Amino acid sequence: MLATDAQTSQSSLKRTPLHALHVARGGRMVGFAGYDMPVQYATGVLKEHLHTRISAGLFDVSHMGQIVLRPKSAKIEDASLALERLVPQDILALAPGRQRYAQFTGESGGLLDDLMVANFGDHLFVVVNAACKVQDEAHLRANLSDACIIEPLADRALIALQGPRAEAVLAKLSDDIASMRFMDAGPRRVGGIDCFVSRSGYTGEDGFEISVPSDAAENLAGALLADSAVLPIGLGARDSLRLEAGLCLYGHDIDTSTTPVEAALEWSIQKSRRKGGARAGGFFGAEVILSELEQGAARRRVGLKAAGRAPVREGAPLFADAASSEPIGKVTSGGFGPSLNAPVAMGYLPSAQAAQATQVFAEVRGQRLPLRISPMPFVQNTYKR
Amino acid sequence: MTTLYTADHEWLRIEGDVATIGVTDYAQSQLGDVVFVELPKVGRALKKAEAAAVVESVKAASDVYAPISGEVTEVNEALASEPALVNSDAAGKAWFFKVKIADKSELGGLMDEAAYQKHIA
Repeated sequence: MLATDAQTSQSSLKRTPLHALHVARGGRMVGFAGYDMPVQYATGVLKEHLHTRISAGLFDVSHMGQIVLRPKSAKIEDASLALERLVPQDILALAPGRQRYAQFTGESGGLLDDLMVANFGDHLFVVVNAACKVQDEAHLRANLSDACIIEPLADRALIALQGPRAEAVLAKLSDDIASMRFMDAGPRRVGGIDCFVSRSGYTGEDGFEISVPSDAAENLAGALLADSAVLPIGLGARDSLRLEAGLCLYGHDIDTSTTPVEAALEWSIQKSRRKGGARAGGFFGAEVILSELEQGAARRRVGLKAAGRAPVREGAPLFADAASSEPIGKVTSGGFGPSLNAPVAMGYLPSAQAAQATQVFAEVRGQRLPLRISPMPFVQNTYKR
Repeated sequence: MTTLYTADHEWLRIEGDVATIGVTDYAQSQLGDVVFVELPKVGRALKKAEAAAVVESVKAASDVYAPISGEVTEVNEALASEPALVNSDAAGKAWFFKVKIADKSELGGLMDEAAYQKHIA
């Protein structure tokens, strides 16, 4: 009966600098994006999730790609303008010490990956998804090499510290933490180690992501975990936390077949890149995306809440009513939201049938389960703006 | 009363011609926090090895297969309101369903406690 995790732990998998720590702390290791990662610890997904929302959770996200874009001209504007060829976001206006959510778009307007971009004064620092990082690096080299030196930072770990106690915990190791606000980012000394810290994350909670040299990662993680407010959190709770926060998971909720407008990510596209803006277009897929920004897309990503207790999971077809034979959409992420103590999901529906509070049905094991379109985030975020 | 086990981590408590079926403590520890259990309808005629129930953790859904053939005579309604019983008392209060055993010879292929302990060791 056991649906064991899709890939069991294998020696061919890569290890992050915190691998030994995960094993020592009883992490249940599974393959994820080519890495041997903890899906949970002895605490369990449910308690790990809830602990993050009430205290602080430490996540190893070292499998993600960290890349520096250094302008050949030594002018940061040149790197920013170059990156704008690949994303529909305004990077030029991103101030030093600030971070922004962005997406790499393709020719047809679909999404090649989503990423975080930070302005570190004389260069840009980007964080991309683990499963996409090889392609992303090639994409950057192919398109930005005239303007930028592209430096993947292979010798750094990435540690996320998330939750309402994250600030207090991190402030014990660094003087420059408490003054940061949401989406501030830059070099900071943490516990005597030179790190890059951003006040952001993937849980909907206030928190930080800390890029640290690999050889210092275990020490830093150990120092953070020594605080009784902090528990190590696995990928299982990371997924349920981001789902409750309404955040997209690349390869599931967004991919090359979804545009930013279909994915309800218009909020991330600034006016300067839209029609009539100072630098309108000029990125892959601009024609499709700019037109959809004005006219809307044929389908839309929505949040879904179930009426019953049965989780509705990725891949479940969505129907307009309990009897219709043709599906109108599909669930792209779904599961149980521990903070809501109820099932939650997100998926795509025709825009005409995507109004808030509309009832739709998901087919699960031959039964039609009623769902209601609900605003996201499902759980209010607590970012320190 | 005899308790038997399947290789798929279900237990069967045999009392006369009725088998009470649940999942083992090992199974619940592997599943993690159970948040939903779907049970078969009373009166359903189960065939050995068909999907009879579903147990869902935060992360995933897993089928529970009928370890033997027989008609479902009773289901544990308590699991609907308190699925976490599967984690706290898998071998006891968290029984899933009872079946009237159709063919006692099917019990022959199941493991006893000692064999099951060896199976999960």
